Amino acid sequence: MIELLLEPLSYGFVLRGLAGGLLAALACALLSAFVVWRGMAFVGDALAHAILPGVVVAYVLGIGLFFGALAAAAIAVVGIGLISGRQRLKEDTAIGVVFSGFFALGVLLMSRITTYQDLGHILFGNILGVGSSDLILMSGVVALTVIVLALSYKEILVASFDPAHSVAIGLSPTAIRYLLLFLLAMTTVVAIQTVGVILVLSLLVTPAAAASMVSKRLRTIMALSLAMSLAATVIGFYLSYYGDVASGPVIVLTLTLFFVLAFAWSHTKDHLLRCAGR
Amino acid sequence: MPQSPALFVRNLEFRYPGSETDVLEGVSLTVQAGERVALVGPNGAGKSTLLHLILGMEEGHRGQIEVYGNPAHRCFHRVAIVPQRSTVDWRFPVTVRQVVMMGRYVHLGWFRRPRQEDRDRVDEALSKMDITDLANRQVGELSGGQQQRVMLARTLAHDADLLLLDEPLNHVDIATQELIFHTLERLTADGKTVMVSTHDLGVLTVHFTRAVFLDRRIIADGDVKEVMTPETIAEAYGFEFHKEYTP
Repeated sequence: MIELLLEPLSYGFVLRGLAGGLLAALACALLSAFVVWRGMAFVGDALAHAILPGVVVAYVLGIGLFFGALAAAAIAVVGIGLISGRQRLKEDTAIGVVFSGFFALGVLLMSRITTYQDLGHILFGNILGVGSSDLILMSGVVALTVIVLALSYKEILVASFDPAHSVAIGLSPTAIRYLLLFLLAMTTVVAIQTVGVILVLSLLVTPAAAASMVSKRLRTIMALSLAMSLAATVIGFYLSYYGDVASGPVIVLTLTLFFVLAFAWSHTKDHLLRCAGR
Repeated sequence: MPQSPALFVRNLEFRYPGSETDVLEGVSLTVQAGERVALVGPNGAGKSTLLHLILGMEEGHRGQIEVYGNPAHRCFHRVAIVPQRSTVDWRFPVTVRQVVMMGRYVHLGWFRRPRQEDRDRVDEALSKMDITDLANRQVGELSGGQQQRVMLARTLAHDADLLLLDEPLNHVDIATQELIFHTLERLTADGKTVMVSTHDLGVLTVHFTRAVFLDRRIIADGDVKEVMTPETIAEAYGFEFHKEYTP
């Protein structure tokens, strides 16, 4: 059994893949609770798609994909802010317009400029393609996410729970929102390496959704999200290695299974409590 | 030098971006420290907008707003709001204690952790609002009345001098309503200033000395008994109110 677990790790690229997967899962899981409870799932999905043109352009220009992606995400966030600002249109409408426009541009650029295979892993992830420099970047993003969340935890709490009070004490909820969007953009960019643009939403939403079935406390939700994300990544990784299937979908399906189990547990518990209360 | 009024508003005009009409027109209002003022008017009269402008939550007004002689955005520690229920995300996972601690943030400074003094003030506020036993509960699980006690406890922990309460009586049980008024009376007795927006005329005569009737502009302002005339109410609410009972 131990041999089965250790065997894949004897290859450097496989080991890097697992480390990359764990780092991406860690960064996403840290933000997951805020994505779920602040209702940022749609904008998270939009960001993941909106980075596509940035990635393609960076690829063509030969600069780091990370920076191309981050630039595209920044433009998308500002665009969404401008369209929905001053209450002209609702934010989800603005997100819909920007998200689909950017993604279409990305697909067009991909089809014109590169072969599909070159950037196919951006859409679906390629955990075994993680390089040493990627790992350094991913570690940087995880460290930054941890530091920012630890420093501004109480600020995020008040801006999320009661924006009016937040303004009254001089803390702009918009600034906090942009801070979270910035973190979201960076974690999304590192996570597309492992699960791809299409499935990255799962890493951002499903862990905290499952954890929220089990606990109502934010810190517990965050801790459980972390545990489930890391477990799903390890399980998905080995299944993908031995089953010879793509890692992204297996990680996502493992997380989804965790959610189904948590959902079932929560309903069973509620049912039992109601019966006991009678 | 005479003490600045708690609130000074002159010729305030405001319209929301993209709107064709003003929400507030030429509103002027001075509230002295220690006053307990009811801001009365129908829904859509601009009560919440006025409170938000005082806090600096909306930009783009014309006219002057001062809190203790300063623009509101320069004295955060002196103004607190109990916002309308609908602006709070009650489903967000926070405990009662965490919410009340939010009242201490302004004294704490950004990115700092609460000190013992902050925890003591939170305990004191919880006890005053009689919700110590709820401290570790999730705020979303509580009743409307309990939630309003939490919000008032947060305001007590904030220890502000000017308290703005936006429709605090909605969805609140009688016991909580009495506790809210009792607390506000004690606060104003201690020199704090309180402004409460409400569309409930029933509470005016018992709990307030001064009423400001607002319907985009100020319709009447003064002693509750003097301004609460059928004419004022009809003008503010746009209907004939109990006119047959007027002497």
